[in-house]
Amino acid sequence: MGKIEWAMWANEQALASGLILLTGGIVGVAGQFRGWQFAAYAVAAGVFVCLLEYPRSKRSKGTSVERTGQYCFTVCVKTFGPLTRNYYVRAFLHAAICVPGGFMLATVLGCVCLGIASLIYLAAAIRGEHWEPILPRKAETRKPPESIKKPPQNPPPRPPPEMRKKRVDDLEGAAYDNPIDVTANE
Amino acid sequence: MGNWIINNGLTSFILVVWMGINTFLFVWFYLFYDLGDQFFYTRHLLGSALAWARAPAAVLNFNCLLILLPVCRNLLSLLRGSFMCCGRTMRKQLDKNLSFHKLVAYMIALMTAVHMIAHLLNVEWYNNSRQGVYDTLSTALSNLEDTDNTTYLNPIRTTDLDPQQIPTYFAFTTIAGLTGVIITLALILIITSSMEVIRRSYFEVFWYTHHLFIIFFAGLVFHGAGRIVRSQQKTDPPHNTTFCKDHPEDWGRIPECPIPQFAGGFPQTWMWVIGPMVLYVCERLLRFIRYMQTVRYRKIVMRPSKVLELQLVKNGFKMEVGQYVFINCPAISQLEWHPFTMTSAPEEDFFSIHIRSAGDWTDKLIDIMQKLPEGAQGPKMGVDGPFGTASEDVFDYEVSMLVGAGIGVTPFASILKSIWYKFKESNPKLRTRKIYFYWLCRETHAFEWFADLLQVLEKEMEERGMGDFLTYKLYLTGWDQVHADHVKVRFDQDTDVVTGLKQKTHYGRPIWDKEFEQVRKENPTSVVGTFLCGPEALAKVLEKKCAKYSDVDPRKTKFYFNKENF
Repeated sequence: MGKIEWAMWANEQALASGLILLTGGIVGVAGQFRGWQFAAYAVAAGVFVCLLEYPRSKRSKGTSVERTGQYCFTVCVKTFGPLTRNYYVRAFLHAAICVPGGFMLATVLGCVCLGIASLIYLAAAIRGEHWEPILPRKAETRKPPESIKKPPQNPPPRPPPEMRKKRVDDLEGAAYDNPIDVTANE
Repeated sequence: MGNWIINNGLTSFILVVWMGINTFLFVWFYLFYDLGDQFFYTRHLLGSALAWARAPAAVLNFNCLLILLPVCRNLLSLLRGSFMCCGRTMRKQLDKNLSFHKLVAYMIALMTAVHMIAHLLNVEWYNNSRQGVYDTLSTALSNLEDTDNTTYLNPIRTTDLDPQQIPTYFAFTTIAGLTGVIITLALILIITSSMEVIRRSYFEVFWYTHHLFIIFFAGLVFHGAGRIVRSQQKTDPPHNTTFCKDHPEDWGRIPECPIPQFAGGFPQTWMWVIGPMVLYVCERLLRFIRYMQTVRYRKIVMRPSKVLELQLVKNGFKMEVGQYVFINCPAISQLEWHPFTMTSAPEEDFFSIHIRSAGDWTDKLIDIMQKLPEGAQGPKMGVDGPFGTASEDVFDYEVSMLVGAGIGVTPFASILKSIWYKFKESNPKLRTRKIYFYWLCRETHAFEWFADLLQVLEKEMEERGMGDFLTYKLYLTGWDQVHADHVKVRFDQDTDVVTGLKQKTHYGRPIWDKEFEQVRKENPTSVVGTFLCGPEALAKVLEKKCAKYSDVDPRKTKFYFNKENF
């Protein structure tokens, strides 16, 4: 089990808890239960947890699978910087959020589930994991190197025309040394 | 359309039957609790919420019965064996067991949600009745206690706690409430750890957490033991509800209205789930017994590209073509079982698997095997199986077109070997006279062993003068400039530069029109069976081509498409 990133499971659990908290809250408010104020809180808390947990983190190893349409949520969550990056903060935040849910039966299940998610986040934080946003990669454009764009400015080195004429009668004397070195650049 | 019915008809039928039973149970129990006279007073306290809680409970009973069955793979194998007479379509349904398991799980989750919400309402309204918030009848009903001559209706008896906390207190101090909370929690943990993301990346978390189902079933069986769903019993003289409901203060004082008596229903869930629970225990026992059976290594071979071939021998092991086994190696992990398609033919006296490096379990296994001294036995292995629908239809066609894409080529190793063995023994079951094999892959890495197999077959066939029994074509769909250059340089060599085979490698995807034309030209009067193990998109293409190139005239070529889920 060495390669597990606990945060991934904590994320699924927290998202599920958010939904359960929300559902319990809606039932409590709609049914006008005793302590419906706690249910109203649970609705707000449930929505908040869902929004916070919807964007998945980028995995440290392997491919990350985004949730549909999570980009806008990623941007929002990213703006809180270290508050959302650090999993200790999340663990304590979830632990704190879940407490008022325990005061009413309709929200108790959401409270316990969120508490469990908080524990898993704590485990993730202890192992040094943190939240990374999944951002679309900018396509790298390769510019061709500068040197191949410009055509040569100078003609190749040649001796003057009268020396270039072929002198068939005196081949020995026709040989010459190039005034400019034509060997490869060292 | 006809093809869809043949391929998916039975599955759809089973799903319709399953939904039908669910709907029937829901409606039946809903009406039972919503219309039954014995629940008249209960309905006065709770309205329809009781029926809304009991109806999903019935559906839950049924689905909790079903959920254990598709994962008893040995039981399914047994069924498959005894279905040999009933046709392949029946047996193919058994291969979709995991999909069914997930579907039933979704239904359980949905019904749990409905059941829980209905009971939240019930508990709240029971509490209000007990507090005397509603009319006199409700208060009178709630006041009934368990004494010498009265029985209670309202399961909430406490009044001396903070009224807001009584529901929570009730939930955690009654058997039904406590077991309900525990098993719902277990269910939620099971579901969150079974999400595809977690399952594919950290199988151990999924597998270990899934064992919470033991707590789930234990709690489920005891969930009804408290008998808090109360129905009205017959009294002597009878209690006339229509009249007495308006005179609660006269109960016990006038002859028409003796005090109404209530009793809880007998818990029934255990009757539904005990059968599958026993079957599942037997299944785990059987897996354990199979695991303890000795598996001997006949040969261990390291193939190129980190592929390990294991040839194993096990007493009483019988396989068919295209089946798979589960392998467990306690030296690496006590609890992990991994599936591998077998690559040997049933005619051989051993079975072989080719294991590719694809994760930490396979990596460790390959590592252990590489460090073994020459000729030594490997670590202890447990083998469970074989599982899977055998693909025996392959032998029934005179001409077969076999298409294997990527890793889908593995079952064809088994099939090709078996065909060749049957041909050599002149097995009458084999009607095949000609095989066209199309191998599509992005690159041949990790499949060199298959190329070796083709080479061996190629050689044997040439020796017997049967060179045209097997025609195979390899299509490399992931070629690049390096490949192209390689090929250009070695164009005139006899064997292929990539595979070493006599038949040259093609680059890019096959042009199916050309292939089907060629097959039709070379076999003008035969029935051709097309078999695919590969992606869905390719299945659609091949299906269309089969239809296009089949001739209505029975004397001419006909193509039949079989998509196998090996």
